[in-house]
Amino acid sequence: MSQTDFVRSLPDAEPDNSKVTIWQILHIDPILLSAVVLTLGFGFIVLYSASDGQTFYLKRQMILAGVGVVVMFGIAQIPLSVIRRWVWLPYLGGLVLLVAVIYLGTEVNGAQRWLNLGPVSFQPSEIVKLSLPLLVAAYLGKRQLPPRLKHVAASIVMILLPVALIVVQPDLGTSLLVAGSGVSVLFVGGLRARYIIGAFVLMLVSAPIVWQWGLHEYQRERIITMFNPEADRLGAGWNIIQSVTAIGSGGMNGKGWLLGTQSHLDFLPEGHTDFIIAVLAEEFGFRGVCLLLALYSLIIGRGCWISFTAKTPFSRLASAALIFTFFIYVFVNMAMVSGMLPVVGVPLPLVSYGGTSLISLFIMVGILMAISTEPGTLKS
Amino acid sequence: MREDSLFRDEQLEVRLIQGRLQFLALVVLACLAVLALRYHYLQIEQFEQFVTLSDENRIHVRAVPPTRGLIFDRNGVLLAENKPSYTLSVVPENVPNMLELVDKLSVIVDLTESDIERFQEQFHPGRRPFEAVPLRYSLTEEEVARFAVQEFDLPGADIQVELIRHYPLGEYFAHVVGYVGRINERDQASIDAEAYAGLHVIGKTGIERQYESELLGEVGYEYVETDARGNVLRVLERHHPLPGKNIYLNIDSELQVAVHDQLRGEQAAAVAIDTESSAVMALVSTPSFDPNLFVSGISTREYSALLQDLAKPLFNRAIQGQYPPGSTVKPMFGLIALEEEIVTPEFTVFDPGYYYLEGQERPYRDWKDGGHGTVNLSKAIEESCNVYYYELANKTGIDSLAGYGSRFGLGHLTGIDIPGEQSGTMPSPEWKREARGVVWYPGDTVNVGIGQGFTQVTPLQMAQTTAVIARRGSVIKPSLVQSVGEQSFEPVIEDVIEIKDENWDLVSDAMRNVIHGTYGTARAIGADLEEYEIAGKTGTAQAISIAEDVDYDDLELEKRLRDHALFIAYAPVEEPKFSVGVIVENGEHGGSMAAPIARIIFDKLLEPTHTDSPLEESRVAN
Repeated sequence: MSQTDFVRSLPDAEPDNSKVTIWQILHIDPILLSAVVLTLGFGFIVLYSASDGQTFYLKRQMILAGVGVVVMFGIAQIPLSVIRRWVWLPYLGGLVLLVAVIYLGTEVNGAQRWLNLGPVSFQPSEIVKLSLPLLVAAYLGKRQLPPRLKHVAASIVMILLPVALIVVQPDLGTSLLVAGSGVSVLFVGGLRARYIIGAFVLMLVSAPIVWQWGLHEYQRERIITMFNPEADRLGAGWNIIQSVTAIGSGGMNGKGWLLGTQSHLDFLPEGHTDFIIAVLAEEFGFRGVCLLLALYSLIIGRGCWISFTAKTPFSRLASAALIFTFFIYVFVNMAMVSGMLPVVGVPLPLVSYGGTSLISLFIMVGILMAISTEPGTLKS
Repeated sequence: MREDSLFRDEQLEVRLIQGRLQFLALVVLACLAVLALRYHYLQIEQFEQFVTLSDENRIHVRAVPPTRGLIFDRNGVLLAENKPSYTLSVVPENVPNMLELVDKLSVIVDLTESDIERFQEQFHPGRRPFEAVPLRYSLTEEEVARFAVQEFDLPGADIQVELIRHYPLGEYFAHVVGYVGRINERDQASIDAEAYAGLHVIGKTGIERQYESELLGEVGYEYVETDARGNVLRVLERHHPLPGKNIYLNIDSELQVAVHDQLRGEQAAAVAIDTESSAVMALVSTPSFDPNLFVSGISTREYSALLQDLAKPLFNRAIQGQYPPGSTVKPMFGLIALEEEIVTPEFTVFDPGYYYLEGQERPYRDWKDGGHGTVNLSKAIEESCNVYYYELANKTGIDSLAGYGSRFGLGHLTGIDIPGEQSGTMPSPEWKREARGVVWYPGDTVNVGIGQGFTQVTPLQMAQTTAVIARRGSVIKPSLVQSVGEQSFEPVIEDVIEIKDENWDLVSDAMRNVIHGTYGTARAIGADLEEYEIAGKTGTAQAISIAEDVDYDDLELEKRLRDHALFIAYAPVEEPKFSVGVIVENGEHGGSMAAPIARIIFDKLLEPTHTDSPLEESRVAN
């Protein structure tokens, strides 16, 4: 971050990097920004239809997106060294809130996830979702890579603390996603293959034990439902059957905007939040799904490129973990609504209605932009 | 050194991270491809199946019930109509908690145990999903209003305006028109469920049952779009139902009502037939009941009251009551004996008040103590002499009597167009062997001769055989229905009994004397009759069998043990237009109890001036 850092440029570093563009001054990544804005716009169109032509949800979502954009620009301006140095603070704050939510949280669908702060309610797990990969990246970024066993162990402790707190809410889905975001840092950081294999074996061995003792009844139910939704057509299987029917009946071209019968006749539950991809697929067909996948691919691809060309180990690890977390959300949501994964409470990034998720996505994009426009060249 | 190692490390590390990133990017790419394939599979390959599923989801076929055909009398008086009625019904698929709903509803509307029981019975397996199941019929305006206020709290329950069968003339036509009732499990097994989709009632008795398929009409369908809770959002397509056909009866409702009112209080039946076409002008059975009770389901209490009533109001005496015809068979047997040349008009029998079969000690009594003296056929009919007929029957033999009797209409169904008719009995040696397993005795023939013993007829058969006599031998099936929709029924002559004119003349004259002769057993009804002449025959049938040698006094017998009064007649004598059969149970004597009914019928039918009919009121009322 000093001039001396700049001098020690690598011979193969691109000469362009030394030239300061307007984007670097503004800390904006134009490609990422356009992809995000396009996805968001597509999301607004679908959300309007999913909320039955009522503008209530759409207005709120637009206001939150506006707030999100401002937050994103703000975050992008923060020097990465500050983020790296202070990320433990939101992480710790997140842990505290996760403890608080156990005692003070609002119960929704049998799980305490929400914290009411006057007019605003949000899920503290969102804070951890962002700060955890950053913290692990900051920690490992300072160490030699591939990480040594004790550093791996320390990272796992960082990961397990929030995961355990989320598991007891109970929210198995989110805890797995949070764990994924932390573990992805370890993986990108070069975690040795033997540890990876060892972890897999451990998971396989413990799976039956977890199934028997570690899962709540509703979680087992969801997993069973995924494999055989017909068994309980009007109960747990209803959501899956209806969403898969909505998707399938969209065909190649879809039924047309605002014309989805499944969603507009209330067959589809949660049509504007977690199951919004079913509305999109029903009304815009396979073409619409492909368009969305293309937009996501653009975001993820750009994210990968940012990570690939990032200047510091922290930036590389953090951006990789963030973009991978983003991908996991896309994949898990689209897979669960189409009946490939059990139903977990995961929104579709940038499309699903929901403030907490939207704001945290913009924070993520902001950090990615900060990394993308980080001055200097490859260095440690 | 440290700086160097860091520097080397960095290059290595960058390559390590980039390698891992490339690997992750590949994983991501693969996963996105899997997603694309999954959506491709659902949306392109399985498209047809899911479109069908989605349409099945939202589109329901709903039956539109047809309106049932109306029933009128011959003059267009309405006998069965469809009136709007409010029905509270429930779509079980939309009810989260049925017990709770029924609880809540029972506060708003009056629900009896039997309402609920009946409601539950309708959850049979073959039920169409999302079809409303009726819970309470005929809600009052107040109940409808109370429901409307709380409807938001009662998901699945709804009030429908439905057309309900109504019989404006109630009990007067219960035994003719019959009634419709709820389709029960037994009906369910025998009907085409498709044809009855959306309908809750079916013809149970009378015309309603006999002409069910014509009255029913054809069910219509509509395709409706529903939301996830089954609420109908719009009708996509509608195939209109075809209303049932209207039926016009041969019955003259003025006559029907007048006869019914005359017989009120008695257990009696009367049938009037137009002799030209065998059209049934009146078919009365008293006591009767209000058929409207059955339409929306009769309560157990009301039903058992009807069942346990000793007067048997549900029993249609006119077609189901089987009575010994008594002396009403005499004109017919006289014709047979004349035609078979067993007797001549001049042949006489001396009647001392009793009759002995050759070689038997058992006396066959005449109803008149001391007997009628010397009697020929004319006098035997006019005064209803039994002894002459004992001799006549004995000489004619059972084979001729039964053979002709059957052709005249005894012992088999007349084929009238309502269900439930009984055949009566025209006994013969073959019949006795089969039914009783014993041989025929000469004494049986003697009893048959005066319409006793095993002989049994229905009031309809009495009117029918009298119509055959009035038409001089042609047999036409009696019919209640004049026309169904556009189609009217023409009378068909099924048989002609060949009998010489002079024999017809003699018997017709003797029957005329029953009313208009000096000693006629029904002369009371002919005393003031000048406009036309009636030919008839009285009859008395034993309600219980009494040992022949025991004298008895009518007055000492309980009423229900007294003899039945019978009367048959046709009029006018010269140019017969109508025939009548009347029975008054325990009326004791045909001349005094049954004949006046016939007189009223003929007066109504033959005199064009009808006045003071209660029908005028009912017409206005409806």
